[in-house]
Amino acid sequence: MIFLPLMGFVVNGILGKWMPKSLSGWLGTATVLGSFVLAVMNFMELSGGTPEIASINTKLFTFLSVGDFHVDFAFQFDRLSAVMTLIITGIGTLIHMYSIAYMHDDDGLYKFFAYLNLFIFNMLVLVLGSNYLMLFFGWEGVGLCSYLLIGFWYKNVDFGKAARKAFVMNRIGDLGLLMGLFLIYDTYGSFEYQEVFRQVFIGTADSTAVNTAIALLLFIGAMGKSAQIPLYTWLPDAMAGPTPVSALIHAATMVTAGIYLVIRSEAIYALSPFAREIVMWIGLATSIMAALIGLKQNDIKKVLAYSTVSQLGLMFIALGCGAYTAALFHVITHAFFKALLFLGSGSVIHGMHHEQDIREMGGLRKKMPITYLTFLIGTLAITGFPFLSGFFSKDEILVSAFTHNPLVFGLALISAGITGFYMFRMFFVTFHGTYRNHHHPFEKVHESPLLMTLPLLVLAVLSVVGGAVNLPHYLGEGISGGLHHLLSYDGGGKFSPILMYPEHVIELSHTAEIGLLAMAVSVFVIAFLYTRNKYVVKGAVPEADADQQGMGKVLSNKFYVDEAYDVAFVAPLEGASDTLTHYVDEKAIKSAVDGVGKGGFGLSKMLSKIQNGNIEYYLVYMVIGIALLLAFNLF
Amino acid sequence: MSLLNIFNQVEISHYIYLSTVLFAIGLFGVLFRRNAIILLMCIELMLNAVNLLFTAFSTYMGDSDGQIFVFFIMVVAAAEAAVGLAILVLVYRNTRKTDVSFLDQLKG
Amino acid sequence: MEVIIIPIIASLVVIAMGKRIPMWLSALFSLLPILLVGKYFQQMGVEGGWKTIFDQPWISDNIRFTVGFDGLTGILLILTNALVPVIILGGIRNDENRVKITALTLFMQGALNGVFMAQDGLMFYIFWELALIPIYFITLTMSGVDAFKITLRFFLYTFIGSLAMLASLIYLFLHTANYSFAFESLRAVELSHTESLFVGGGILLAFLVKIPVLPFHSWQADTYTNTPAAGTMLLSGIMLKMGLYGLLRWFLPLAPESIEFYQPWVIGLSVAGVLYGALIAIRQKDMKRLVAFSSLSHVALIAAGIFTLTDAGLEGSVLQMFVHGINAVGLFLVIEIIERSTGTRILGELGGLAKNNRLFMVFFMLIALGTVAVPFTNGFPGELLLLKSVYTYNHNLALMAGLTIIFCAVYIFRMVQFSMFGEGTGTVAALKWNEILAFGILIVGVIGIGFMPQLIIDIVHNSIVQIGQWVSEARGVMS
Repeated sequence: MIFLPLMGFVVNGILGKWMPKSLSGWLGTATVLGSFVLAVMNFMELSGGTPEIASINTKLFTFLSVGDFHVDFAFQFDRLSAVMTLIITGIGTLIHMYSIAYMHDDDGLYKFFAYLNLFIFNMLVLVLGSNYLMLFFGWEGVGLCSYLLIGFWYKNVDFGKAARKAFVMNRIGDLGLLMGLFLIYDTYGSFEYQEVFRQVFIGTADSTAVNTAIALLLFIGAMGKSAQIPLYTWLPDAMAGPTPVSALIHAATMVTAGIYLVIRSEAIYALSPFAREIVMWIGLATSIMAALIGLKQNDIKKVLAYSTVSQLGLMFIALGCGAYTAALFHVITHAFFKALLFLGSGSVIHGMHHEQDIREMGGLRKKMPITYLTFLIGTLAITGFPFLSGFFSKDEILVSAFTHNPLVFGLALISAGITGFYMFRMFFVTFHGTYRNHHHPFEKVHESPLLMTLPLLVLAVLSVVGGAVNLPHYLGEGISGGLHHLLSYDGGGKFSPILMYPEHVIELSHTAEIGLLAMAVSVFVIAFLYTRNKYVVKGAVPEADADQQGMGKVLSNKFYVDEAYDVAFVAPLEGASDTLTHYVDEKAIKSAVDGVGKGGFGLSKMLSKIQNGNIEYYLVYMVIGIALLLAFNLF
Repeated sequence: MSLLNIFNQVEISHYIYLSTVLFAIGLFGVLFRRNAIILLMCIELMLNAVNLLFTAFSTYMGDSDGQIFVFFIMVVAAAEAAVGLAILVLVYRNTRKTDVSFLDQLKG
Repeated sequence: MEVIIIPIIASLVVIAMGKRIPMWLSALFSLLPILLVGKYFQQMGVEGGWKTIFDQPWISDNIRFTVGFDGLTGILLILTNALVPVIILGGIRNDENRVKITALTLFMQGALNGVFMAQDGLMFYIFWELALIPIYFITLTMSGVDAFKITLRFFLYTFIGSLAMLASLIYLFLHTANYSFAFESLRAVELSHTESLFVGGGILLAFLVKIPVLPFHSWQADTYTNTPAAGTMLLSGIMLKMGLYGLLRWFLPLAPESIEFYQPWVIGLSVAGVLYGALIAIRQKDMKRLVAFSSLSHVALIAAGIFTLTDAGLEGSVLQMFVHGINAVGLFLVIEIIERSTGTRILGELGGLAKNNRLFMVFFMLIALGTVAVPFTNGFPGELLLLKSVYTYNHNLALMAGLTIIFCAVYIFRMVQFSMFGEGTGTVAALKWNEILAFGILIVGVIGIGFMPQLIIDIVHNSIVQIGQWVSEARGVMS
């Protein structure tokens, strides 16, 4: 299952140059599809078999074993991994398929598929590894693939910069994660999930401070990977990569690795309310900030990127409130509709021949009906249109926030509300109104080929019905809470549950429930009506970035965070580097060393004066020497 | 009385005084004269002072080791004089001088 | 024994044949010893301590010509004898110095093998100095006004360190029961605390200069930058490992009483060096200089790992020695090939090289990834172990050393970006068979170790455990 994509990578990477383009594309797709099929089969075995089993464990070989430090190269397929695997391979297959058409005129097609396959492989290692180090393997591996794919069009210097920024930002998180891992090993003596959690459960660590430290360090890793404040700025820049990459890596799968990590480490987080508070507030801040920035972006992909950051923030809110199922639920539905939106935007970009500025679009619904329709579904799903997938998952997060702290609920609701504004703004400006691009005639805009629209349709269907994975309990006991039951499985008597501390289904009173729903829906309606009025009825066009005033200017410049980072980190670092090079290394250390040498020369020059070549003096020296020796010996 | 007795009658201290004086004459000659030939002669004198001392002590102690040393020193002194004079002749041919204070070519 | 002699004979053959020697033949010569190393592994195995394979009385009955073999020696022999062919295949330009550098490189191979195999203190010292001679002459062929000055600085610096070591060895020798330089006899000498500080300090100085650890590194950057590529590769790939090997093999067993005193200093300096090298590397324009400082940073981490005296640190250090050899040689080879094709290695003047030569790009990228320590490449497991060991020693230091994984990504990818990507117009000539072969050997190392680091750990495990025991015994006596 895991090695199929790796095989695809190797074959595509080595032979791809000599293969026909379509072959390498289909090969890449086939390997991922194969993994998907295998994943489904394994999943059946897991939950459909009798008796049910908690996990399928496979140990391949010992990776490292030094003294008491022992790490296996081993996999564990349990319910949480299963869900992630299904998302990764399922959506991965669709996106691979889509890419065959999207990238068809690119010379590096085989390379593209090789990277995509490598990414799927690493992502699978991440979610299927049976210990934290395997997770770290995949963690770094997906970061690398992300780097390679963002910088895929390597001739463009800015893209290269964005790629490096993504990698470096991720590395900052990785350092935190690595330190967290060391602390785990120090405290619990193992990296294996089951062993670690068993020890956590029986309370090997003598204080919660250790667990808090671990939790926070792991969360730093999650911040990097899942683009949370302060490490989120790489994600919008990462949109430099080809659009399918944005869909796969920067929306559906990789960025949710941080969520996966926290859910996986539930046992640790459960013991540290403080760490969870931090997670929650950071998620909240990120969510609101990104949503605000999203309001003023004009690049179709940037809007989606900030929307992703914002949605990830929502997931972290859920995690912080201890609603792990809700978070995973949102991961799933978000994967569906955000992949859909990205692919839809890719379809638009494809149809417009690589135009990404929504101000240059407009009225596209006439030319691209399928894209229009599916994009509409995606927009509705993300904004929480009742009974689409996003509605259920967001609602669950809001409910958990409400029970945790009404203030958080209010803020999260605002953030969710802003989602409606920026999504509809983008949607209307792109597909409604009149066509505004003068360089590129409207007649040439075309709908995408079937290979691209098919994944759109599939994802659209999933975005509609995706909520079925975990329907709220008020719709009926029998069909609700599928995901919840899955995660709460107690390990069948053995010690391998996914959630140590089973969550309680939150039962609100009906009035409260309806009140919350009403609030969520009304926010949605307001957003819809306002944007429709502004962009469709009045036909307004968003201002160019340079024309923004006041708050709008701050927002379109993303709160000047990039600039602040430049001043706060990049500049001092470069300054330090220069100082060290020119002053410390050249002046201080080297001249100190050379000084020793020069001292030697000087001494030699001084002493050579004594050697004046005149034998009389030598004889005198000799006699004095002998006299001294005598004197020394006699007295 | 035999010659040997004469040697025995002279006290050992006299030999020491004599050879010290000879050595001092040689030493000061080496230090304060500039003529290379005189320098060589003075070195010779110092060596012979030592030889005398060796012989005297050898007889005094009744041990012939000292006298063997004297032969060694004489051989070395002869070789040294031969080489030294040869160098001196060459120096003289080149510079027409035997004054050592002008020979400072080895200055560092 | 043969592994020392064969390369030296080969170097004479090369000199005798002069310009007529084809490159494949010299490469073949350099490949011979690795077969013998394979034979040693088969015959001797890696268990049961340091086994003597050749023993002859030399200066006296107790100062003997003794060479031995065990896992630690074996790993370094593999490294040396695999990298020297790479250097001969890819690292030597076809100009008037070719024959000279080839011969010197082969000679160096013999001397290095001697360093790693010597079981007699005096022999170790002699081979240690012998290895300095060819590299001195290779360095001297550099061009530029400062050539002599740079070479002199390098030579004197390492030489003074070596003399300190010699003094320490002689001191130990004088205290042996039977006036012997044999490793076991030297080890058996019991030193007082003060004595061991001086003896250990002398030995340590030689190794720290060679590694080099901050602040003994000022010979490094200039020498690396100006030496012909073969010399740079020999220096960074193998000669640095002499210092690290020396720490493990000679310093720890001979002066274990002094470790307590030096440990915080060396670890502190090393971690400072890790950051220092990385920070400086970020802004370098000359690719060779950049890699030189990156090397400073990476090697310092290895030194820190050794001095933590943990299992992870000691075994991780050997693993990382091996890995760093591969990666450093790989990076310098990449730079050499770029410079051969474009005539420059200054980052601002390059760009867009990826367009024309995909194969080269792939090689470069893989080696760069290995250096950045991405999982499934060779840099990762070693760095993991070393950071873990530093973490065990002190959490904060580990955090500081850990910053290197960020900085390393910054400077290596900056180098990749500015040389390979972008809109530049330069091209890299198509790789010839010898260059492809050279890269091939390196890539096997990069990927192979990335997946199976345990192979190397298994080889050195017994030797390291032995050293660890000696150290802990000595420390146990003291406390």
